Amino acid sequence: MGVLPWVWWYGLRRHAAYPLGSATEALTNTVFGFMRAYVLIALWQVRPSLGGYDATDAVTFCFITQALIGPVQIFGGMDLAERIRNGDIAIDLHRPAGLQGWWLADDLGRAAGSLLLRAGPPLLAGALVFPFRAPAPENVAAFAVALLLAVTVSFALRYLVAMGMFWLRDDRGLNAVTLVMSLFFSGMILPLVVFPGTLGTVARTLPWAAMIQVPADVFLGRYDGVELVGALAFQAAWAALLLGTGALATRAARRKLVVHGG
Amino acid sequence: MIDAGRMYGLLVWTWVRAAAQYPVSMVLLALATAVVTGLDAAAIVLLFSQAPRIAGFGSSEVLFLYGTSALSFGISDILFGTTERLGYHVRQGTLDAMLVRPVSPLIQIATEEFSPRRFGKLVPAAAALAFALARVEVAWTPGRVAMIPVMVLSGAAIFGALWVLTAAVQFVIVDIHGASKSLTYGGGFLTQYPMTMFARDFVRGVTFVVPLAFVNWQPALYVLDRPDPLGLPGAARFASPLVAAALCGAAALAWRAGLRHYRSTGS
Repeated sequence: MGVLPWVWWYGLRRHAAYPLGSATEALTNTVFGFMRAYVLIALWQVRPSLGGYDATDAVTFCFITQALIGPVQIFGGMDLAERIRNGDIAIDLHRPAGLQGWWLADDLGRAAGSLLLRAGPPLLAGALVFPFRAPAPENVAAFAVALLLAVTVSFALRYLVAMGMFWLRDDRGLNAVTLVMSLFFSGMILPLVVFPGTLGTVARTLPWAAMIQVPADVFLGRYDGVELVGALAFQAAWAALLLGTGALATRAARRKLVVHGG
Repeated sequence: MIDAGRMYGLLVWTWVRAAAQYPVSMVLLALATAVVTGLDAAAIVLLFSQAPRIAGFGSSEVLFLYGTSALSFGISDILFGTTERLGYHVRQGTLDAMLVRPVSPLIQIATEEFSPRRFGKLVPAAAALAFALARVEVAWTPGRVAMIPVMVLSGAAIFGALWVLTAAVQFVIVDIHGASKSLTYGGGFLTQYPMTMFARDFVRGVTFVVPLAFVNWQPALYVLDRPDPLGLPGAARFASPLVAAALCGAAALAWRAGLRHYRSTGS
């Protein structure tokens, strides 16, 4: 067994180490889920079949987004950026394992830990209090794949932001820009089906849609057969494109970095 | 009190000068903060692009609620937002260093890393409020005009008290920060929307338990001349300053109690 499964395992352990802290975060996710659900219900009372969703779909969507905040890390950030700032990256680059693969394994571990501790409470509370569309068994399997791809896309975007540190020496500006994009174009603030006309069409082709909107639609069972394959392929294509760009950026960064001292 | 204000200003100025060492970064971050805060307004505009009225309210009325709420929350966040880091300081032991300095630890935490970028939060709030005030259909009387600054300042005081109250809880439960965000940031989100959207018991909770309804909802009922869905007496619409004062008193007591309760980590 290679080293990456261990990196994954330790990532999971590290991010599951503070269950009380995770529980408090999950509580806040649940509270926000309630407030956003009420807002969506009010809209769907006026427009009962907006964007092909009914009120139950909209409410379920809302609690899925809250459950995914942790695993998909919608607010951005990665420990790697700080390691580039303080120079620890030199140690990472010395390891006989690819930088991007190492951090992908670590991030998938983080996502798994977060999924275990933070995704349950909002979904459970939403299902108990509101009309809720539980996924069919075959959708659960598809959702698992979609979620894995969503985390990978999220990682690839955040990895590129961290790589920007090599040239900009500060990730706050890039973080701020990508935060706006990921909050707005993922479906986090409002489902993308609410976006009118061209804005909606554009939003649904951007990589951020692969992080929340597509997995949520898979959960809701809005894709069948070929459509489902198409949706997962959309996510996979973005993941491959962004990871490829990340690999190129890593190669460029290796040439850019000068390690002093001896 | 005057001394505390002077000390607050002095520490703020120190941090601002530090932030100004990177002027481009400072301006860009202020812009970014403004855009992130403005996303909530964009959401409201998107909602109303799909329906002219939601829960009995039109877009300019909801933007009025958004403007007053975001302005109050922004002011309180600028003044007290960093108090949410108290748990971090307790865990790191840096609170002990604050306690030996001759300035109130509350002022030290509240001014920590004060950055002009935070003023970016006020830009979309003020713009939305100006837009909404120009558009909203209200028979303006002197009382209604005067209510606008009163509700913004009372709201800021209520949110400020919530920042300090939830920080004080971190003296007792260090890890509670994740949950207290549902009161602070959650309150900031909730008050952007009319309470007619929420379930009645929920509205009772945010009126009588955590008095978020007094941030802008009750005063807005007076300004917009709307009936109260809970049927509270008319005086409730003017109660915001009193509620704010009471909550600030409670926050001050809680902070003192928490500080006395604090016993460092030992060795």
